[in-house]
Amino acid sequence: MNRGLLTLKCLIVSLALSFAVVSSVGAAPKGNLDASGANVFDLASVQRGAALFANYCMACHSAKYMRYKRMEEDLDLTEDQIQEFLVPAGLEVSDYMISSMPYEASAEWFGKSPPDLSLTARSRGPDWIYTFLRSYYLTEDGWNNTVLANPAMPHVLWELQGIQRPVMEMVEDETGAMEVKVASLELDQPGTLSPSAYDDAIRDIVAFMQYIAEPAVLKRQRLGIWVLLFLALFTFLSYLLYHEYWKDIKK
Amino acid sequence: MNQLMNSIGNWVDERLPVSDFWKKHISEYYAPKNFNLWYFFGSLSMLVLANQLLTGIFLTMHYKPGAETAFASVEYIMRDVEWGWLIRYMHSTGASLFFVVVYLHMFRALMYGSYQKPREIVWILGVTIYLVLMAESFMGYVLPWGQMSYWGAQVIISLFGAVPYIGEALVEWIRGDYFVADATLNRFFALHVVALPLVLVGLVVLHLAALHEVGSNNPEGVDIKAKKDSAGRPLDGIPFHPYYTIKDIFGVGVFLTLAAFIVFFAPEFGGKFLKPDNFVQANSLVTPDHIPPVWYFTPFYAILQAVPDKLMGVILMGVSVLILYIVPWLDRSPVRSLRYRSWPSKVALAIFVIAFIRLGMLGLSQDSSTFELRLWTFVYFAFFILMPIWTRLEATKPVPERVSSS
Repeated sequence: MNRGLLTLKCLIVSLALSFAVVSSVGAAPKGNLDASGANVFDLASVQRGAALFANYCMACHSAKYMRYKRMEEDLDLTEDQIQEFLVPAGLEVSDYMISSMPYEASAEWFGKSPPDLSLTARSRGPDWIYTFLRSYYLTEDGWNNTVLANPAMPHVLWELQGIQRPVMEMVEDETGAMEVKVASLELDQPGTLSPSAYDDAIRDIVAFMQYIAEPAVLKRQRLGIWVLLFLALFTFLSYLLYHEYWKDIKK
Repeated sequence: MNQLMNSIGNWVDERLPVSDFWKKHISEYYAPKNFNLWYFFGSLSMLVLANQLLTGIFLTMHYKPGAETAFASVEYIMRDVEWGWLIRYMHSTGASLFFVVVYLHMFRALMYGSYQKPREIVWILGVTIYLVLMAESFMGYVLPWGQMSYWGAQVIISLFGAVPYIGEALVEWIRGDYFVADATLNRFFALHVVALPLVLVGLVVLHLAALHEVGSNNPEGVDIKAKKDSAGRPLDGIPFHPYYTIKDIFGVGVFLTLAAFIVFFAPEFGGKFLKPDNFVQANSLVTPDHIPPVWYFTPFYAILQAVPDKLMGVILMGVSVLILYIVPWLDRSPVRSLRYRSWPSKVALAIFVIAFIRLGMLGLSQDSSTFELRLWTFVYFAFFILMPIWTRLEATKPVPERVSSS
C-alpha cells in the first residue's frame, strides 16, 4: 500500500505543478484587466445590478436565455416589483429578457447588432466586463475604449461616470517605430456618481450579469455543501465497513 | 417466504444461469489479496461510464441537435429543465474525470506489467476502449455548438485532409458538407449517443471477460493461480465479493467527494473542463485567436505540432497512440512488476510520465518552443522504442512464489 501511495503522491504533486504552470499561462491577461470584486452571492448587489441593467443595457441588448420570472425565486423579488422596475412595456414577467430594439435594424444603426448578454460573464469573464465599462474615453472622433478599441457601443453610462480623456504617450513597438498609445485615463468632467460610487455600480452590473450567465449558481453552491457533507459521511462509514470486512485478511 | 424465494431462484437458474454468473464473476472470482490504491481506477472507470450513460440519456431528452437549436437547447437545459444544470455538469465533469481515471488505470498497468503474458488481450481491448473513448469525447464536445466545439471540430477533422490524394474528399465525407455544419453536428450526435456508446459497452464487457479468464495481476506480479488449496482456490486470492466490492465502495466514496466538489463548486475547472469561448455560439465567420483541444488530448496535439510537415505530424500523432498496442511485445522483462526490476525501468517510466505531462502542457499553450515540443516527443517515442533493450538487459530480482503479507 505504501509504495503505491508514494507513487500516487508523486503523480499528484507533478499534476498539481503542471496545473499551476498551465493556469498561470492560461490566465495571462488580454491587456491588463482589473479585478471586478463582484459577488454574485450578494443579493442586494445583484438586485441593484438588475435595475441598472434594465435601465441602461436593455434598450439595446437582450439576455434572451433568461426569464424575468426566475428572479422572483432567486433574487427574492415579488412579481409586482419585477413588472414595475425591470420588465419594459409590452413584455410579461413570464417572457425572456428580449430587448425592444429590432435586431436587424440595429445592425444598420450601429454597424453591428448589440450582442446578447446572457452569457457574456462566462465567455468574457467578470473582470473583462468590469474593466471595459470603466475604460471609455472621449476624443474628437467620439467614444473609444482601452479594452475594446473602436467599440460599436457609445458610452451609455457617461452621465454616471462623467467624461474621461486619454493621456497619450509615445511607445516604441517591436519594429522600432514610434507609436502613440493611451497611457492612462483622466476624469475630465465629473458625472453624477463619484468614481468609487461608479465602480460600485459597475460591480453591481457585473454581479447581475454573472447571475444571468448561470442562474443556477446560487442554488448550486448552497446544495453543494450538503452533498459534500453527505458524501464525507458516506465515505467515512464505507471506510469503517471496509476495515471491518478486511480484518481477517490483513493479518 | 424463504422457500418461495428459493423455488423462484431455482426456477430461473434452470433456465438462465444467474447464480452461476454471479459466482463465476463476483462471489467466487478470486482476486489477489494485495491490491493497492492503483486498483481502484478500474471500477471507477465503470462508475464514470455508468454516469455518462445515465446523465447522457437525460440530456438527450432535452438537447436538440441542429446548428440552429443546439446551443440554445443546452442553455435551456442549464436554466429551465428541472435539475438540468446538475445533469449537464455531471456529464461534462464526468467526461474529464473519465480520462483522469483511465490514464491512472493505464499507468497502473505500465507500472505492474499487467499487459504481460497472459494478459495481452486484456491490454489490447483496453487500448481499444481508450481509442473509442477519444472519438466519443471529441464528438460529444462538438454537440454544445459553441465556438470551441465548432473550431475544434474544424481543426481535428481537417487533419484527415493530410491523407495523400483522397484527403480533401475524405474531409468532405466526414463533415457531410463543405464546412463543419448542421450535417456534421447531426452525424456526430448519432455517433455520440448511439453508435460509440454501444461499442464502448461491448468492449468493456470483453475487457472484463478476458480479465476474468486469466485473472487479475497484482502489484507484486505474482501468479496467484500457481499455488492453490485443496479446493482449487488460489491461496493468495480472496473472493471479489464481499472483499473488493466493499473496498471499491470506499473508493467510490472518495472519488464522488472529489467529483462533487468540481460539479458544485468549479464546474468550469478554471476553463479546463468548460472553456470560456464555448459559451459563445458557433460562428463560422469569427475564428477564435487560439483553438486548443481539451486537456486530455493535448499531449498528442503537442506531438502533432512538433512536426513541421502536416502529413508526418498526423502520422506521428496516430503512431503515438497506436504504439500502445504493441507494448506487451516491446517489454522483454522476465518479471512483471516494477518492484522486481532495477533502476532502468524505474527511471524510464518516471521520465515517460514527465514527458507525457509536459507534452500535455505544451499542447495547451499557444506559443510552445519547438525545441521543447521535439525534445519531449523524442522522449515519448524513445520510451517505447528502447523498451526491448533495457527490459532485456537490466537485472531483475527473483519474484517470490507467494504474495507477501506486508
